[in-house]
Amino acid sequence: MIDTLIGEIGHLFVIVSFVSALLAAFSYYKLTVSSEFEKSKWKVFARSTFYFHIFSIMGIVVTLFLIIYQNKFEYHYAWSHSSRLLPAYYIVSSFWEGQEGSFLLWMFWHAVLGIFLINTNKRWEGPMMTIFALIQAFLVSMILGVIIGDLKIGSTPFILLRDALADPIFQIDPNFVPTDGTGLNPLLQNYWMVIHPPTLFLGFALTLVPFSYCISGLWTGQYKEWVRPALPWMLGATLVLGLGIIMGAIWAYETLNFEGYWNWDPVENAIYIPWLIMVASIHTMITYRKSNTALKASIVLVISSFILLLYSTFLVRSGILGNASVHSFTDLGLSGQLLVYLLFFTFLAILLSIKAWKHIPTTKEEISSYSREFWIFIGATTLALMAFQVLIPTSIPVYNAIVELFGGISNMAPPADQIGFYTKFQLWFSIAIALLSGTGQFFWWKKMKGSDLWKAISTPIIITLILASSVIILAKITNLTYILLLTASIYSIVANSKILIGLAKQNVKLAGGSVAHIGIALMLIGILFSSGYSDVLSINNTGRLINRELPDDMNLNNIPLFYGKKTQMGDYTLNYNGKLMDAKGIPELVNIRDLADTMEPQFKVAKVNIEARGKVYAQEGDTIQVFPENTYYKVEFTHQNGKQFSLYPRAQVNPNMGLISSPDIKKYIGRDLYAHATSIPNPDAELEWGEATTYNLAIGEQFFLNDYVANLISVERVTDLGSVGLGLDDVAVRASVEVQTDNGIFMLKPLFIIKDQLVGRVPDESPEIGVKLVFNNVIPDQNIFEFSAQTTQQDWMVFKVIEKPYINLLWIGTILMLIGLGMAMFRRYREFKLMRDKGQD
Amino acid sequence: MKKSHILALIVVALGVVIVISTAGDASSYVSFNEAYELAQGGSNKKIHVVGGLKKGDGGQVEGVETSADKLSFSFIMVDEHNREQKVFYPEPVPADFVRSEQVVVVGSYRNDLFIADKILMKCPSKYQEEEL
Repeated sequence: MIDTLIGEIGHLFVIVSFVSALLAAFSYYKLTVSSEFEKSKWKVFARSTFYFHIFSIMGIVVTLFLIIYQNKFEYHYAWSHSSRLLPAYYIVSSFWEGQEGSFLLWMFWHAVLGIFLINTNKRWEGPMMTIFALIQAFLVSMILGVIIGDLKIGSTPFILLRDALADPIFQIDPNFVPTDGTGLNPLLQNYWMVIHPPTLFLGFALTLVPFSYCISGLWTGQYKEWVRPALPWMLGATLVLGLGIIMGAIWAYETLNFEGYWNWDPVENAIYIPWLIMVASIHTMITYRKSNTALKASIVLVISSFILLLYSTFLVRSGILGNASVHSFTDLGLSGQLLVYLLFFTFLAILLSIKAWKHIPTTKEEISSYSREFWIFIGATTLALMAFQVLIPTSIPVYNAIVELFGGISNMAPPADQIGFYTKFQLWFSIAIALLSGTGQFFWWKKMKGSDLWKAISTPIIITLILASSVIILAKITNLTYILLLTASIYSIVANSKILIGLAKQNVKLAGGSVAHIGIALMLIGILFSSGYSDVLSINNTGRLINRELPDDMNLNNIPLFYGKKTQMGDYTLNYNGKLMDAKGIPELVNIRDLADTMEPQFKVAKVNIEARGKVYAQEGDTIQVFPENTYYKVEFTHQNGKQFSLYPRAQVNPNMGLISSPDIKKYIGRDLYAHATSIPNPDAELEWGEATTYNLAIGEQFFLNDYVANLISVERVTDLGSVGLGLDDVAVRASVEVQTDNGIFMLKPLFIIKDQLVGRVPDESPEIGVKLVFNNVIPDQNIFEFSAQTTQQDWMVFKVIEKPYINLLWIGTILMLIGLGMAMFRRYREFKLMRDKGQD
Repeated sequence: MKKSHILALIVVALGVVIVISTAGDASSYVSFNEAYELAQGGSNKKIHVVGGLKKGDGGQVEGVETSADKLSFSFIMVDEHNREQKVFYPEPVPADFVRSEQVVVVGSYRNDLFIADKILMKCPSKYQEEEL
């Protein structure tokens, strides 16, 4: 029976939350503009509507979660994002897999932040919460699911399956409920996908706070006062959004097969752009706090960062990226609404800025090039240019859309080699950033003249040159731009460490900036080595002999591995050891060779005793539960020096997405070995057996089977065939043939039976080695046994191995950068609280 | 001239450089005919071609040839003007390649063969299921 009630409750919550957001926006607006006399009245009303809004947002979240959690597959959202077999901790991922759920996640964080802000701010509540409530109204409208005439407003997560799909089954039985959902995208069944989206959306939500302070300041004429409360929030937003981006990068590196952590995909660029602007705005805001300059720049940057965030939302969710991106959301027909959302706040912000512009205080005097303001301003400009360089090409699909809107034809495509294209620019900007972040810090802590500067930086420069030249020689770096980037980054580390040591003696709480800068410089070095010197180990040099089509200047970057046949790869010998599965309750992966199929894919019968870590976990004949979605391909690596390890890249078979390959990574301190299966046999294809070959063999005779050495060990009479009864005159014999592979010995045991004077043959086969063996006949007077063997391609995989040197520097640098941002955030929040408690917030 | 003006000039100049170089490095979506003409005209610029795989009467994909070592393959692609073109890709066959309803190849002509550097596939209902 269909449970329509819960969906109606959910939809009711959506509508209530929309209306209450509008009401809250209106009443907070009234609170802001009304006279002191009326303020208290509006305040009570505004707060109650906003709290009511928060309550209904929580109501939507809980309702949708229950629908997914209780497997109510009559709802499209549950059906298309979850399934019965999905482990509980991934249910939360199902929640935000779809557009609607991720909008909800975003609103949820706004609601939480709203509560916090109402209770920590004294003066700013009115204007800030007006903007918050307005933003919430726009966001709720995305999941409103109301149709007025031809106008569809929002896409509701509470739509019933029968309303979402035009399947004929619903005409026969409107109450049809599928027994299972289609499940969560297997690529998202990963712990990073449980924590990455909430972190990212918390970052999104936090960005609204400094934007709201800024807009409130412009609106209420507090052109300067907004900076102090906004600064810690901007630091926090940059920290959390940065963390979210990095989590996404790690997820991509560990789960997807694009062989890196950053691909310059439009979806990645879309979030990188506002993040850079946020970093730039932190710098101008700090300058303003210290010396009353760069206020206009701060306003422009804070507004831009939020507008760019909305722009990224538009790019990712409107479907405009189309062919340009591999992982944007599905188009839900929200593009018009998203555009209105983007344009509304863009024009609102521009309008308020224009109105306020002439009132914003500026400094008239020319800034000296020996002042910190000058250098920080150069740094912020570099960051903005960096963002601009990514923004221009990422927007190419938008240009096409605009041209087509006016009836033209535009066929512009993103640069063919995205990584090369972006790197070309970002590398030089990074050099500038590293140099500025090293030098800028000296200006920051001391007023300097020309001669002082030289005194301050001469020691760091000498140390840098010594360190950099030794690294360049040891690592044999010959590329000039790489040498410059490395030297600039080392300079930044040395210079900032000097500052850090100095600060540590006075007040370590002030050292956030230098810690973050050291982190950035380490990240740059990590990126330089892990990407610039990423090396394909699985180069194939036999390719050209086999493939005539291959142009001369092209390398093949993969090697084929055949089951049980060792293959040389540089210093390593590789051995493909078969397919494995994850079984419930068994701590190690189980070889598929040891499992027999049952009618259901998630249950297998053990063919042998299954041992793991010296303990038997399943007896022969036991049924065990497996997770059939993932197949692991075990490859044993043996280094020339005798060291051994195994990697288990996996492939996922999913009815909706086909085959997806994920890497396995061997981590060393100084490098990663990244390996994945680039091609595997199609699991649905029937094996194509070749022509049969006949062998006449005596006991103990060796022969070749599919290139493996085989040996007829014995032929024994069998008296008990189980369910097949044997009469007195009947005969059954079983041959034991041993096949030697690099993965140990395979036994094939075909049967030859004479029952009721009829001949029966039960072949034995092994898909791993690609052999099917039939016991044809017994020639008793010569003691010879006749077999026929059919062979097929033995199990194989195509394998790619890449070495990524010093990637750990990138991760360490990231952590330092985040710690630095955190230190700065706490310091600035303490300043805000101090002033607020003095009544000057 | 004030220092801030010089700075502004430099920033504007860099901005212009970025825009121009993006325009120069941007690729384009073309048909095989246009791509072939470009290649004949001496351009070795990488371009995008959108199309589908060649299908037989029964809807099965035709013309996918895997090299003996499985490390590369070629296939017949039909562009939006129904021109058939053999495309060579020096990588193993992507897992759900034959299932894709639309492919975008990025690459260029070498003589009569189109060599793909990158293949983007659009698979049916990849993220959103449309059928029960």
